[in-house]
Amino acid sequence: MDGLDGFIFSFFNLRVMVEYLPDIAAGFLLTVVLAVLVVISGLAAGLSLAVLRSFGVRPLNWLIIFTVDLFRALPSLVIIMLLFFGLPTAGISMSGFTATWLSLTLVLMSFSEEIFWAGITAVQKGQWEAARSTGLGYLGTLRLVVLPQAIRMTIPPLTNRAISITKGTALGSVVGVSEILGSAQSAMAFSSNPSPLTLGAIAYLILFVPMIGLGRWIEARFAWRR
Amino acid sequence: MADSIISARAIWKSFGELSVLKGIDLEVAEKELVFVIGPSGSGKSTLLRCLNRLEEPDSGSIRMDGTEILEKKVDINAVRRRIGMVFQSFNLYPHMSALGNVTLALRHVLGLPRDAAEARALAALERVGLADRVSHMPGQLSGGQQQRVAIARAIAMEPRVVLFDEPTSALDPELVGSVLQVMRDLRESGMTMVVVSHEMAFARAAADRVVFMADGEKLEEGPPASIFGNPRHERTQAFIRQIERH
Ligand SMILES: Nc1ncnc2c1ncn2[C@@H]1O[C@H](COP(=O)(O)OP(=O)(O)OP(=O)(O)O)[C@@H](O)[C@H]1O
Ligand SMILES: [Mg+2]
Repeated sequence: MDGLDGFIFSFFNLRVMVEYLPDIAAGFLLTVVLAVLVVISGLAAGLSLAVLRSFGVRPLNWLIIFTVDLFRALPSLVIIMLLFFGLPTAGISMSGFTATWLSLTLVLMSFSEEIFWAGITAVQKGQWEAARSTGLGYLGTLRLVVLPQAIRMTIPPLTNRAISITKGTALGSVVGVSEILGSAQSAMAFSSNPSPLTLGAIAYLILFVPMIGLGRWIEARFAWRR
Repeated sequence: MADSIISARAIWKSFGELSVLKGIDLEVAEKELVFVIGPSGSGKSTLLRCLNRLEEPDSGSIRMDGTEILEKKVDINAVRRRIGMVFQSFNLYPHMSALGNVTLALRHVLGLPRDAAEARALAALERVGLADRVSHMPGQLSGGQQQRVAIARAIAMEPRVVLFDEPTSALDPELVGSVLQVMRDLRESGMTMVVVSHEMAFARAAADRVVFMADGEKLEEGPPASIFGNPRHERTQAFIRQIERH
């Protein structure tokens, strides 16, 4: 075998690729499910924290700020390992899938809370005053007047953050989640050939290239302002 | 005064060390147009904002239709429902059409169903001369049109009184007239109004009473003819002379 043949045999081995395609496809689905769950729960938790923070209860706000700073400072992998390997010693154990989902959710929650909060505070005081002066309550004003404007401003940074967090699903492979990378790794081990990794990379491209395109489109679309 | 809609007594308000309102009294009778004038920083906006508690007075009493609104247990949202407010910077909701701006409180404060709210909002927009702009977004309207939408938003609630804080000062001169015309029509229709403004010609023509404020105090008040024609206080004279020169 000369160099090129060896390269093709290692990385583009059709027989191996065909054999493990179903595994990678299953990993692809799992990645999508995990990513969707993380984005939904992370953004919902982030928005809820930002809304709680807007009530302006001092001790509560300190707690929120401490929490989000903590999860923004820690690398996601460290959080996953702590949940998966650390918590069982305290009697709480969870699957690798749950640990990955929860960790990425906490990280996305923390980044998106800061983004939502910046959006809420960027809405002019006059908007609050106009709505409150008509007799609309605090929550009504927040929901109908302030949040729609805040969220609109935050869509581009949120999209970018959500895309980058879903790439973190690959970290699940460390705790035995058979998402794309995890299933590619086991296929590589079984076949003693790295071609499944190539398949995995292709699967990531199929997943993320459209998402990045979507991110660009959203960014352009919402780059209005008055 | 038995027919007072608003009766504010001894309103005090400070921001930190700065005393902005020093025991102000203000009566507003049914169908009256009260004009508040005074130098910048004299507390006009603060007084107006105290009337619907956008600013919380430190002490004093404000009765609206006989009910004390400064009491802790008062439902302030129910009070504000009956006090419209128009701001210098319009403060329209930028993400909603003109119609949406007007219907929001009708639906979510008064609880009207969509159809009824829209009918009422259309009537209000028609009153301010914007029947043909209902689906425009605020960003597509001129300043004068935006301010008229804001007025429609206030009057659609059928308030007892509307507070105007310098409604024309953010407008280009050629747009001021349309807003003043709407205010004049409102006045004809019997709306009770408290107006902070520097539009002296409008005050002369439309006000029932002019209140002159300086340094957080009411220096004098009276019909426009006597405040403008024969001011008693030296500071009022100086202020009016200075305004008229512009
Ligand atoms: N929220 C606030 N915090 C601190 N100081 C304030 C606040 N609002 C108003 N002030 C101060 O109170 C004083 C009165 O302000 P106010 O806006 O009532 O005056 P005004 O008569 O409406 O003036 P203008 O004609 O410039 O609008 C000013 O010195 C102002 O700086
Ligand atoms: Mg003012």
